[in-house]
Amino acid sequence: MGNCCCGGNCQDARLKEILEQYKGMDGVLIPVLQKAQELQGYLPEKTLRTIADYFDMPYSEVYGVATFYAQFRLIPSGQNVIKVCTGTACHVRGGQKILDRVCSELNIKPGETSADGKFSLEPVACLGACGLAPVMMINDSTFGRLTPAKVSEILAKY
Amino acid sequence: MQIYRGHVLVCAGTGCVSSGSRKVKAEMEKQLEAFKLEQEIKVVETGCHGFCEMGPIVIVYPEGIFYCQVKSEDVKEIVEEHLLKGRPVKRLMFKDRITEEMVPHYNDIDFYKKQNRIVLRNCGFINPENIKEYIARGGYEALAKALTEMTPEQVIEEVKASGLRGRGGGGFPTGLKWGFARAAKGDKKYVICNADEGDPGAFMDRSILEGDPHALIEGMAIAGYAIGADEGYIYVRAEYPLAIKRLKIAIAQAHEMGLLGEDIFRSGFNFKLNIKEGAGAFVCGEETALIASIEGRRGEPRVRPPFPANKGLWGKPSNVNNVETFANVSKIIAKGSQWYASMGTEKSKGTKVFALTGKVKNTGLAEVTMGLTLREIIFDIGGGIINNKKFKAVQIGGPSGGCIPEELLDLPIDYDSLIQAGAMMGSGGLVVMDEDTCMVELARFFLNFTQLESCGKCTPCREGTKIMLDILERITKGEGKEGDIELLQSLAETIKSTALCGLGQTAPNPVLATLRYFRDEYEAHIKEKRCPAGVCSALTSYTILEDKCKGCTACARVCPVQAISGEVKKPHKIDSSKCIRCGACMETCKFSAIIKK
Repeated sequence: MGNCCCGGNCQDARLKEILEQYKGMDGVLIPVLQKAQELQGYLPEKTLRTIADYFDMPYSEVYGVATFYAQFRLIPSGQNVIKVCTGTACHVRGGQKILDRVCSELNIKPGETSADGKFSLEPVACLGACGLAPVMMINDSTFGRLTPAKVSEILAKY
Repeated sequence: MQIYRGHVLVCAGTGCVSSGSRKVKAEMEKQLEAFKLEQEIKVVETGCHGFCEMGPIVIVYPEGIFYCQVKSEDVKEIVEEHLLKGRPVKRLMFKDRITEEMVPHYNDIDFYKKQNRIVLRNCGFINPENIKEYIARGGYEALAKALTEMTPEQVIEEVKASGLRGRGGGGFPTGLKWGFARAAKGDKKYVICNADEGDPGAFMDRSILEGDPHALIEGMAIAGYAIGADEGYIYVRAEYPLAIKRLKIAIAQAHEMGLLGEDIFRSGFNFKLNIKEGAGAFVCGEETALIASIEGRRGEPRVRPPFPANKGLWGKPSNVNNVETFANVSKIIAKGSQWYASMGTEKSKGTKVFALTGKVKNTGLAEVTMGLTLREIIFDIGGGIINNKKFKAVQIGGPSGGCIPEELLDLPIDYDSLIQAGAMMGSGGLVVMDEDTCMVELARFFLNFTQLESCGKCTPCREGTKIMLDILERITKGEGKEGDIELLQSLAETIKSTALCGLGQTAPNPVLATLRYFRDEYEAHIKEKRCPAGVCSALTSYTILEDKCKGCTACARVCPVQAISGEVKKPHKIDSSKCIRCGACMETCKFSAIIKK
């Protein structure tokens, strides 16, 4: 969002566009939050308040939904998002060790962003690539049949 | 329409894409052009073939030659040798694990031999982004038949007679459910598809959505006609972007051809479909929670009755089924309930798709006739255990299910036999575990999952699962006490009988099943402070065997916490106070000099 055309105002304008698309419709809160997060990368308090005001909902309801679902983030993510699969198939093939290694390499806990802002770590329940277990994704790339040593090699490339 | 002399099917399911099938496809197109074959051979991007272990998968028709683990470097050879000169490339075929012979044809591979692909009939064979390919394989015939030759009541009777039961877990008879929604009073009704496949280790619905989206759409339209609904919702995980993309394309194409929309087949029946993207909450697999989520609220379940058939989405009568259930419907209508009911066991008809994962050689999706035994699925289709280790148990039904030990492997799979054995069909995840899996730790793993996903609305689930998890964590850390097992058992029974929804009611299942079949492992952890499988790190230590260590330093270099020391060419030592028990050293050692106790 560094190359914004009008000093940050256009994001507000685009958020407003999103809100207007859903005006007067039922059951729109989740899609609105999804679109807003797509726009900003996360959901800052200001955005949640804007949404609550626009749809005339209590802020608590918007906050309640935003914190209920795993997809929504209230803090900004790092440049690269690492998703380590913690599903059953990965777990029995050593997924925990993969997660541990990512944590120790980046010195962060699951759900956190590294100090340099380069990586955030999100454990996920299943990536659906169980045939390649254990698996992790960095942004849109999938890495399968991992070992802790491979994790270190992969992270070094980013 | 252009006629091609051959087709190259490249799998574009999630498993194969992760293994690099996009590159293979691009290279295939490039090489076909280079050899001037692009007018003779067509490359088709298909959905999942199910054999994810062996991906990327490429199948060449008309011969039906099956190539596996194809890399983009291999493509030139396939094009030059097979497609140009007509000599299939032996080295890229599947190698039978027992006879070690190359198996050229798809249907001769053990993994496929015992399968009966009805739901997955088109997955891997058609381009899911082209409705004409679905129609060419008999698609939308069933919808036409239902709308033009049958009354809604006849459709419901047909589904009832087929014996189809809900494939999402509970196994409720589908026809009966439709009958309730049909009988409910209301001018507006909804058909809802639960495509929020949340069970870790299950990806059958994803494969149907990605590989054959029209099978779902056709099934939903038939359900709409049967219950009297003119609108449907597909609630699909946002984590399945490819599935969402293909669904959108499929819905648009069906509209264009008049198979969705107004006055379908001039019958006066209208039906439209909406997609709702879920936002990641396991509890939304429960139907009332799912409905709350479509309405834009927190996905919390509510007390039933009233059931959704009477009071569902926006308070209107609604019918919720999962993807696999709907995908069965068109075949039942097209071929008749008798045909469907001739397959399976007395009370479980038809087929079930299982996601076979874990410590098994052939991971992937397998659709089998109900009544096949677990042994056949794991050892014949799955090829047995990796590294020829000993089978210990198989977890069925995800975190809500239970484990089945070796002595019950000859159990014929159906809804009722699994419940009796303390597991459940669930969505059909089969996670195979070998002797290196600690069953106590596994129970902790599942409970950790359900605990995290508990919505917090009812106390037994919110508090009860937390206490159970605390106890299991203590046990795996070597801090178990006398009486823990009894306490776990009593908590489990209470939660099972008092939780509000299926999530809570089934959350204790993994603990109860492991206690039933592997109580000795719990006792070893609690009384002897020992983890028999050597998994629980607090109860395990790594040692280097002096006589086997060559001093190659590989372990010392790989250790992330510098806990290993020693001189080159002399035996090394592990400082257990520094060791974090990650096991990296043991994996690296080429001389089997490191053991864990």
